[in-house]
Amino acid sequence: MQRKKVTIDGNEAAAYVAFRTNEVIAIYPITPSSNMGEWCDQWASEHKKNIWGMTPSVSELQSEGGASGSVHGALQTGALTTTFTASQGLLLMIPNMYKIAGELTSTVFHVSARSLAAQALSIFGDHSDVMSTRSTGFAMLSSNSVQEVMDFALISQAATLESRIPFIHFFDGFRTSHEVMKIEELTDDDIRSMITDEMVISHRNRALTPDKPFIRGTAQNPDVYFQGRETVNTFYNVCPSIVQAQMDKFAALTGRQYKLFDYYGAPDAERIVILMGSGAEAVEETVEYLASKGEKVGMIKVRLYRPFSIKDLMDAFPKTTKTITVLDRTKEPGAPGDPLYLDVMNAITEQFIAGELPFAFPKITGGRYGLSSKEFTPAQVKAIYDEMLKEKPKNHFTIGIIEDVTHSSLEYDPAFSVEAPETFKGKFYGLGADGTVGANKNSIKIIGEGTDFFAQGYFVYDSKKSGSMTTSHLRFGPKKIRSTYLITGANFVACHQQVFLETTDMLKDAAEGSSFLLNTQVPQAEVWDSLPEKVQRDLIEKKMKLYIIDAYKVATETGMGGRINSVMQTCFFAISKILPKEQAIDMIKIAIKKTYGSKGESIVKMNWDAVDKTLENLHEVEIPASVTSTEQLRGAVPSHAPEFVRDVTAMMIAGHGDMIPVSKMPVDGTYPSGTTKWEKRNIALEVPVWDADVCIQCNKCVLVCPHATIRAKVFDREFTENTPGTFKFTPYKGKEYGEGMQYSLQVAVEDCTGCGICVDICPAKNKRETRLKAINMVTQLPIRDQERENWDYFLTIPDVDRRKLKITNVKDSQFLEPLFEFSGACSGCGETPYVKLVSQLYGDRSIIANATGCSSIYGGNLPTTPWSMNKDGRGPAWSNSLFEDNAEFGLGFRLALDKHLVQAKEILMRLVPQIGERFVYDLVNADQSDEAGIYEQRLRVEELKTKLNEILPGANGQTSDVKQLISLADYLVKKSVWIIGGDGWAYDIGYGGLDHVMASGKNVNILVLDTEVYSNTGGQCSKSTPRAAVAKFAAGGKPQAKKDLGLMAINYGNVYVAKVAMGANDAHTVRAFVEAEAYDGPSLIIAYSHCIAHGIDMSTGMKNQKAAVDSGHWQLYRYHPDLAKEGKNPFKLDSKGMKIPFRDYAYMETRYKMLTKSSPEDAERLMQEAQQDVIDKWKIYENLAAATGENQATN
Amino acid sequence: MDLSTNYLGLQLKNPIVPSAGPVSQEVASVKRLEDAGAAAVVLYSLFEEQIEAEALELLHYTTHYNESYAEATNYFPQDIEYKAGPEEYLNLIRKCKEQCEIPIIASLNGSSTGGWIKYAKKIEEAGADALELNIYLLPTDFNRSGQQIEQVYIDVVKEVKRAVNMKVAVKLSPFFSSFAWMADQLDRAGADGLVLFNRFYQPDIDLDTLDVVPNVLLSTPMAMRLPLRWVGILYGRLNCDLAATSGIYSEKDVIKMIMAGAKITQMLSSIIKFGPNHISDVLTKMRFWMEANEYASVEMMRGSMSYINVADPSKFERANYMKVISSVKL
Repeated sequence: MQRKKVTIDGNEAAAYVAFRTNEVIAIYPITPSSNMGEWCDQWASEHKKNIWGMTPSVSELQSEGGASGSVHGALQTGALTTTFTASQGLLLMIPNMYKIAGELTSTVFHVSARSLAAQALSIFGDHSDVMSTRSTGFAMLSSNSVQEVMDFALISQAATLESRIPFIHFFDGFRTSHEVMKIEELTDDDIRSMITDEMVISHRNRALTPDKPFIRGTAQNPDVYFQGRETVNTFYNVCPSIVQAQMDKFAALTGRQYKLFDYYGAPDAERIVILMGSGAEAVEETVEYLASKGEKVGMIKVRLYRPFSIKDLMDAFPKTTKTITVLDRTKEPGAPGDPLYLDVMNAITEQFIAGELPFAFPKITGGRYGLSSKEFTPAQVKAIYDEMLKEKPKNHFTIGIIEDVTHSSLEYDPAFSVEAPETFKGKFYGLGADGTVGANKNSIKIIGEGTDFFAQGYFVYDSKKSGSMTTSHLRFGPKKIRSTYLITGANFVACHQQVFLETTDMLKDAAEGSSFLLNTQVPQAEVWDSLPEKVQRDLIEKKMKLYIIDAYKVATETGMGGRINSVMQTCFFAISKILPKEQAIDMIKIAIKKTYGSKGESIVKMNWDAVDKTLENLHEVEIPASVTSTEQLRGAVPSHAPEFVRDVTAMMIAGHGDMIPVSKMPVDGTYPSGTTKWEKRNIALEVPVWDADVCIQCNKCVLVCPHATIRAKVFDREFTENTPGTFKFTPYKGKEYGEGMQYSLQVAVEDCTGCGICVDICPAKNKRETRLKAINMVTQLPIRDQERENWDYFLTIPDVDRRKLKITNVKDSQFLEPLFEFSGACSGCGETPYVKLVSQLYGDRSIIANATGCSSIYGGNLPTTPWSMNKDGRGPAWSNSLFEDNAEFGLGFRLALDKHLVQAKEILMRLVPQIGERFVYDLVNADQSDEAGIYEQRLRVEELKTKLNEILPGANGQTSDVKQLISLADYLVKKSVWIIGGDGWAYDIGYGGLDHVMASGKNVNILVLDTEVYSNTGGQCSKSTPRAAVAKFAAGGKPQAKKDLGLMAINYGNVYVAKVAMGANDAHTVRAFVEAEAYDGPSLIIAYSHCIAHGIDMSTGMKNQKAAVDSGHWQLYRYHPDLAKEGKNPFKLDSKGMKIPFRDYAYMETRYKMLTKSSPEDAERLMQEAQQDVIDKWKIYENLAAATGENQATN
Repeated sequence: MDLSTNYLGLQLKNPIVPSAGPVSQEVASVKRLEDAGAAAVVLYSLFEEQIEAEALELLHYTTHYNESYAEATNYFPQDIEYKAGPEEYLNLIRKCKEQCEIPIIASLNGSSTGGWIKYAKKIEEAGADALELNIYLLPTDFNRSGQQIEQVYIDVVKEVKRAVNMKVAVKLSPFFSSFAWMADQLDRAGADGLVLFNRFYQPDIDLDTLDVVPNVLLSTPMAMRLPLRWVGILYGRLNCDLAATSGIYSEKDVIKMIMAGAKITQMLSSIIKFGPNHISDVLTKMRFWMEANEYASVEMMRGSMSYINVADPSKFERANYMKVISSVKL
């Protein structure tokens, strides 16, 4: 049968089968599995059907724990049910997995395997997560490629129904889940052939039903639990043969034969490598090459890992086996070996003991590779096989890293390659927003579906959310592609942004005779001289061809603005000649129509026009015989950066992190603060400059700057004497710091992302040219050098003494040094101004628990750290535990701090005779309610430590007390605990903990950065999402109203609650933060945070905040429990009613407006309901505000 | 009493037609206008530029951050079918045609030759009874002559007329150096009606924010003098129908316009100000006036006070202006 060829990624392949073979799908977003749930949600919203003609029900839960609970429930009620997850999500499912397996319940969990958070979180792929579920009783089937994902999704579904053993079907996160590959699509008939009605009915017949009642889920005692546990043995015993039978049945259908353990290689192989996952493809590719050279090598791909069939494994070995190396893509510290190694060792040993080993006891070694998607290449595979030749091959080795501490790593020659020469390899460097990846995905589809070629695409993204570079790796060719690693020796390299040439060794992976396409606005005659020295040298030495296009010109002329994707795609086809020109252009246009057809005819036409105009603007540049440039790649960090930053951080920034040896890495995940300042990213084309004459010195621009790149200082005239020539300052407009003070507003142009939010907020206009404000955007490059010098000088000017500032006032608060700077957040981020404010107000004595999400990524994703420190070396201490436990994690901070304080005070009391009664009294009873009090206490603590060190030598019986107090003394200075996270954490996955922490009465400050959607994982609906807004899992507009977290917290009565929106009322925001911190109990601040997931112009995000408040959707209020104690109304409604209709605010944002274009009638209905939500909620708050203090206190 | 009239080949029960604007954005509003006595309705304008800008904006904001970051390859549900084209407008036409008895006249503002034709065709296919072309080009380009601009108007009318079978009127601004010549050219180009005159947003300056702000003021009765003059001058000298709009509030305004030569009068500001029932008030008062003044039909009074039918046509012309000035007593 001729089946359709499709070019899709692993996630879509899994979802394709899962959607067709299930009735209920319960999910929760987690990278890299989120797309599987999103596909299913989309297909459900399009009313697509499963093989029984029904549309599966897709539900988003509040956590993976919740998802697995619902899966369990749906299974117990007889529905074919599935879920998709990864990493920590899978760990949260483990309790239910034991139950599901213990009850012999058929289901398949599709897992895009990912690293677990240990010394650090990582979103990338390895087997740490699935290996953590080995003991649950789930069968485990491993797919190595996108085709196998589709095939094994079906085989596992059939096998689970027949065997009653639940399955984890897993494949490598990113490498397989996100790799786009041309595969053969299974038909519904194929699926029906594998999933019989009898299987489904048997499953349903085991369901709970009151029509045939029984109970399941009993509690058992010592008398029978053990026996009960052993009842399942026969099911596990037959499971491997059931899976093999299903594989055979599948082979009969499709011609693709799989075995539980698949052997590849020389029939007389002596050296056998065993592994599972995508790495097996690279090993097979290498084995094929080495065997063709006469080497006696082979490999075994493990398909069914659990139940582990020793017999089938032994059948896979050639009789000639002498040496076995087992590779694990996980690490179990302290174990005698990693899991697959131990399983194989056990299998061989058991067979040996039984006398059934068909060959002499072999040498067996184990090795670890590929953690967190670390590259695993034929060069590494070759080194492993070479090692096996040794008399005593290294055991428990690592490969792919330099492990120079216990010297476990194998060395390898990176230049070794086995790739087929006829495979075309293209590498493309693009900017996140320029559509490069999308266009390349289209190109793969065009080639994959338009030719007989095999096709593969893989995409690498930046760790920053703003100004990020993407790299696309595309392979095409007549030979099957098994290269599960990045491209080297590229036939084609494209640079879609010339600025990348400043920092990236662009042609290092270009092959001799290859082509380089550069998008440049430099005129053709000047292009050569504009290239860096290394690029010129590579072009000459590698005998390359250089092509240029001004894609922005073509895009602008055809109305495409900054979208150059279609232009660059056309260039690629024109240069690569993979397809005849006319055919390529026709196919590009068809792809454009398919991609943009639903977005409007005009969009399609614009793209077509761009394609038509491209070729006349594409030029080949003759390459001169010699290098003319002296320009070198920009250094990653300056030479005066700290040693760690120079040796380690700089390597990561420069893209050489793979070369950092283990000895250079911190052993426990601890990294220095304040390292973003060394990474001058220079990503902004335009940056703000200050006009001192127009400025009214309000400091609003400083407040809203998401990246802390605008700073204000007030200083004495003496600092104006030796300034750089272009350094700007002006007399300060106030007298509070004395006469003759000067004011300066300085921009860190190399750190600025160019969002423009500062210009939008600036209230001062130039009276002569009203288009200008007190801060205006200009091109960065011409002022870069001068402003670098000015910034460096600005940093030498002392900050205003914190004790002199009225921090409840916006202007004064912005003279406080931010200790959160230059984060990798999106340009114009709505969250970071709040985070920065915390760092300004309390950073020097705060400890921060940060929930996983956007804020943990821009706050803690390597290579650099925005959390910084002041000149005294004090700054926020920051940590991320998990997504779901952040409130509890922060509470733990408080409990420890309180305990330290109590202990310090107790010891102080015991040391009164030595230290002095009065001094102890002052230390214990210090008023630390303001900056002056904190300052005084710090002085006392320093004095205490001096005294303690003086008395320590003669402390005799109290030596321990003195030593203990020296280590605890700093806790006598008040510490501020902040618990920070997004609405996904606070409203959904972490709500239970948040609720408990609020109820605890402990002094913690909870800041919810409310974007009303899961931002970090790509815009999934949360319980904070308002009615009528479109989000993933709410494609038709969210039908329910937003959860009112603030009101729920107010109900406790002892929680300080504030709802703020900086763009609507900045003074209110600052006041709320100060009140929350000062309150001696739990405080909750819910902060409106505009977000790219709202579909807005981020440069004017503060206007959206104001409109949200003006509409009454986002009420500003403060609930202060202390007021109730004073007999006053604790609730203050601080915004002024519904000044504009909700729709006037909502339709400023694409998340609402898009529904009017996709489903106008639903949009109108939901909009009216949402307006009613606003009115109803407003009434509640008005009533609260109107209540007398007496009533409130009583309530 | 016969109030009926014929405009763009449509037999209308009276000469009052709400003009393009916010009162005709929903079918329910159109129905209310019909119930109040409107003889036809000109729907709000379909702006090609706005449709294309909205499509581009939607694409931009739903895809701008796609494929930038490993955890989120996009931020919105993908592959949603958007009605990003004129479907919303075309649906309004369809629904009005289903639910209303009166003729529905669509209004179109294009921004490209292709756009004018494409959208005119779609409007015709959707069932509109006639089309009003809302052409306006603010002549701000220093490199473009008046003649070039005039040619654009003429070409648009020719192209649209070639593309559709329905009747086509042109709504014009008065800002042409030779308005009579221009009207004649449009008539020759095939326009079935001229609607005099279009009113534009006029910018204002907000002194608090130092921003230029769009300012929409409802027209006042005084505004009718300009169309009154030009309807009067053109009546009987062109093949096409004339419609008057701007500042028409009372029955007397309607009657004056008809006497000047208008086939219909288009109202908007007065409806916005007084509500749809203002139409029935005006019609009632019109009947009283006609009865009192012994006019049996609208037809009888049409053009009776036009340039060609008045005793002293020069009163429509510049001399008249001089006379007014000289009659002012200082």
